[in-house]
Amino acid sequence: MSEIKEKLVVSASPHFKSRTTTRDIMLDVIIALIPALIGSSIIFGLRALLLTAVSVVSCVCFEYISRRIMKRHNTIGDLSAIVTGILLAFNVPSTLPIWMLIVGDFFAIVIAKQFFGGIGQNFVNPALIGRIVLMASFPSYMNTFTAPSICLKGSTVDAVTSATPLNQITSAISSDGSLEGLPDMLSMFMGFRGGVLGEVCIAGLLLGFIYMLIKRVISPAIPLCYMGTVAIIMLIASGSLKVTAYELMAGGLVLGAVFMATDYATSPISIRGKIIYAVGCGLITSLIRIFGNLAEGVSFSIIIMNILVPHIERLTTPKPFGTVKEKKEKKGVEA
Amino acid sequence: MKGILKPVKKGRGGVHTGHCKNTAKMPVKRIPTPPEVVIAMQQHIGAPCTPLVKVGDEVKIGDKIGDSDKYVSAPIYASVSGKVTAIKEVVLATGNKSQAVVIESDGQDIEADFKVPDVHDTESLLKAVRESGLVGLGGAGFPAHVKLNLPQNTDIDTLIINAAECEPYITVDYRECLEHKEDILKGVYAVADYLNIESVIIAVEDNKPKAIEVLHEIASRDDDDGDKVKIMTLKACYPQGAEKMIIQSATGRRIPPGKLPSDVGCVVMNVASIAFVGRYLATGKPLVSRSLTIDGSAIANPQNLRVPIGTSMQYIIDYCGGFKEEPEKIVCGGPMMGFALRGTDYPVLKNNNAILAFSKNSDKELAVKKETDCIRCGRCHYYCPMGLTPTNIERFSKARDVEKLKHAGAMVCMECGSCAYSCPAGKPLVQYMRLAKTIIREADVK
Repeated sequence: MSEIKEKLVVSASPHFKSRTTTRDIMLDVIIALIPALIGSSIIFGLRALLLTAVSVVSCVCFEYISRRIMKRHNTIGDLSAIVTGILLAFNVPSTLPIWMLIVGDFFAIVIAKQFFGGIGQNFVNPALIGRIVLMASFPSYMNTFTAPSICLKGSTVDAVTSATPLNQITSAISSDGSLEGLPDMLSMFMGFRGGVLGEVCIAGLLLGFIYMLIKRVISPAIPLCYMGTVAIIMLIASGSLKVTAYELMAGGLVLGAVFMATDYATSPISIRGKIIYAVGCGLITSLIRIFGNLAEGVSFSIIIMNILVPHIERLTTPKPFGTVKEKKEKKGVEA
Repeated sequence: MKGILKPVKKGRGGVHTGHCKNTAKMPVKRIPTPPEVVIAMQQHIGAPCTPLVKVGDEVKIGDKIGDSDKYVSAPIYASVSGKVTAIKEVVLATGNKSQAVVIESDGQDIEADFKVPDVHDTESLLKAVRESGLVGLGGAGFPAHVKLNLPQNTDIDTLIINAAECEPYITVDYRECLEHKEDILKGVYAVADYLNIESVIIAVEDNKPKAIEVLHEIASRDDDDGDKVKIMTLKACYPQGAEKMIIQSATGRRIPPGKLPSDVGCVVMNVASIAFVGRYLATGKPLVSRSLTIDGSAIANPQNLRVPIGTSMQYIIDYCGGFKEEPEKIVCGGPMMGFALRGTDYPVLKNNNAILAFSKNSDKELAVKKETDCIRCGRCHYYCPMGLTPTNIERFSKARDVEKLKHAGAMVCMECGSCAYSCPAGKPLVQYMRLAKTIIREADVK
């Protein structure tokens, strides 16, 4: 009897817990990123894989070293550094020198994530901070896009600098020009066009999106509201379904909406908060695309909305069970 | 099936825990009378009873051995026949200390003479329910006559019979439906008629088709007098059986924070309690025993047992063949809201409904997760039936921020455990919710 007593675990309820851990969630995100990674390796060649591998390894190393120096417990086991590594690699062009990418990884993991307390505490998406630091520091490298190494249109010449479809659409809208010179819809969808590593293969990103929805890793609210807002504004601004479709597939919109804006730590928890946040992202992205001079509106809009998240959360605190009804009743009495 | 209601309003949140109703097919067996029972004078929430017997007294089953003149209390009856050998202080499974009457059984199981209570109006019903010693048999253990004493000026239109039994493993309410349908019907009519309640809804989860069938049969007997009793099936999802959730499903009404079911015109009673009322009004035999589910991976022969109140848990486990594996955790009640025991040397109380023993490796979900940092995934909020955001409440309780805790609605939490169940970071969120409530209460006292 006393033997059993000493061995029994006594803890607060519930005594059952789901098997899902943080690590499982991060692993699901990594699995969701794989189709896009395969896509970009086919489109841009093995250098895409190399950049991703370097980025992952350096993110994990930075995470390990910074936790060690700060005398905190080791967190590389939760796999979140790997996710950040892949996402940052997805945000650079295939021609970027490797050392620059490592600088970006440093800012992402050490400055944006660990300085603010590690996983769950960062107030902006680490991978986007990495990207923005790189864009500000090495603009010429970050804005050089190679034509894909294989191209449906038959151009076999490598390393030709090409404008991204987004630049072409932007100029088409502003100068009332035609959409000539743009890749056809299928190339846009499969990713045979210029751009950063991860954003081009829409098919792969959508596969990942569906996987994350099935595994209930993310709620569909943010990606759908984000892309929906951009679609509506672009439809109004351009008046053309074709331009809208190109706008949705061009740039980092799908990558951003599915994988970056949905980052748990930097998006609101409640459904109303998620919708406000996603519509805000869509609005800023559209404004930057229509009026701005920047090649990329997605990163900035997500970061701006990231910063607003605490305020959105405060305004959209969900009402606890039963409180809504009480107000209605009071109104009824007054009337 | 015809005449079966669907929930008026679906509640939010809830988790799918796996049902584990392994003992569903096992009829409730009477355990052989134990050699000794320890009947605690504090069986449940409310005032403790004072012993009415002395050491050396001879008692029969159903003799009153404890009572209190306080309102929130119910009398206690001897559960075996024999001799009172001691009146001493014991430690209960909850960790509380209580006075207890120890009765050594003479093995005869002689019953006292029971008088069928004379019930003809609300007052006599309440008096009879109090005399029966009934407390909520679903787990909360609130004295039934207090619950049924409805405020005069409120209009109570719905009696909800809770047969949801949403906690995994426990099957005693299910067995009650199958084995004692006539008692349920009698109890329902007595309570509804004497309290002037127009409509009765018996709520069952849809993973118990047999119970639905049986209840539907008894409910359709009254079709000619206005279809008073109806059956409602709930989606099998924890915690559908929670009082607030079941009221919302049955009537679409939501209990405002800090209010009671009677404030929204409802009374909720557990199905085993209502069956007991039916039995008591017919026989006059007070509450001296109750059904328990004994299950879990460490138990050799899981089964449903009817045990005298005050039986030692060790005796019950021994009767079930003891442990087939070394237990890692023994839980009194369901795995979601029950409490972990420090041993097995405790007497059964009126409101216990299960004893579950789990071994270390056979139940993966039992595994204690290492607590890691919150990743703000929002699962705790998504699954919270009360619409709270437990991760925020955790932060506010650590900061001891009373204002924010109140605003976040910490007091609304019913500690169902859906948040802690789903948390990928393995946070003991229910503990933080309890801490939050304590902080608010302390601040209110000041």
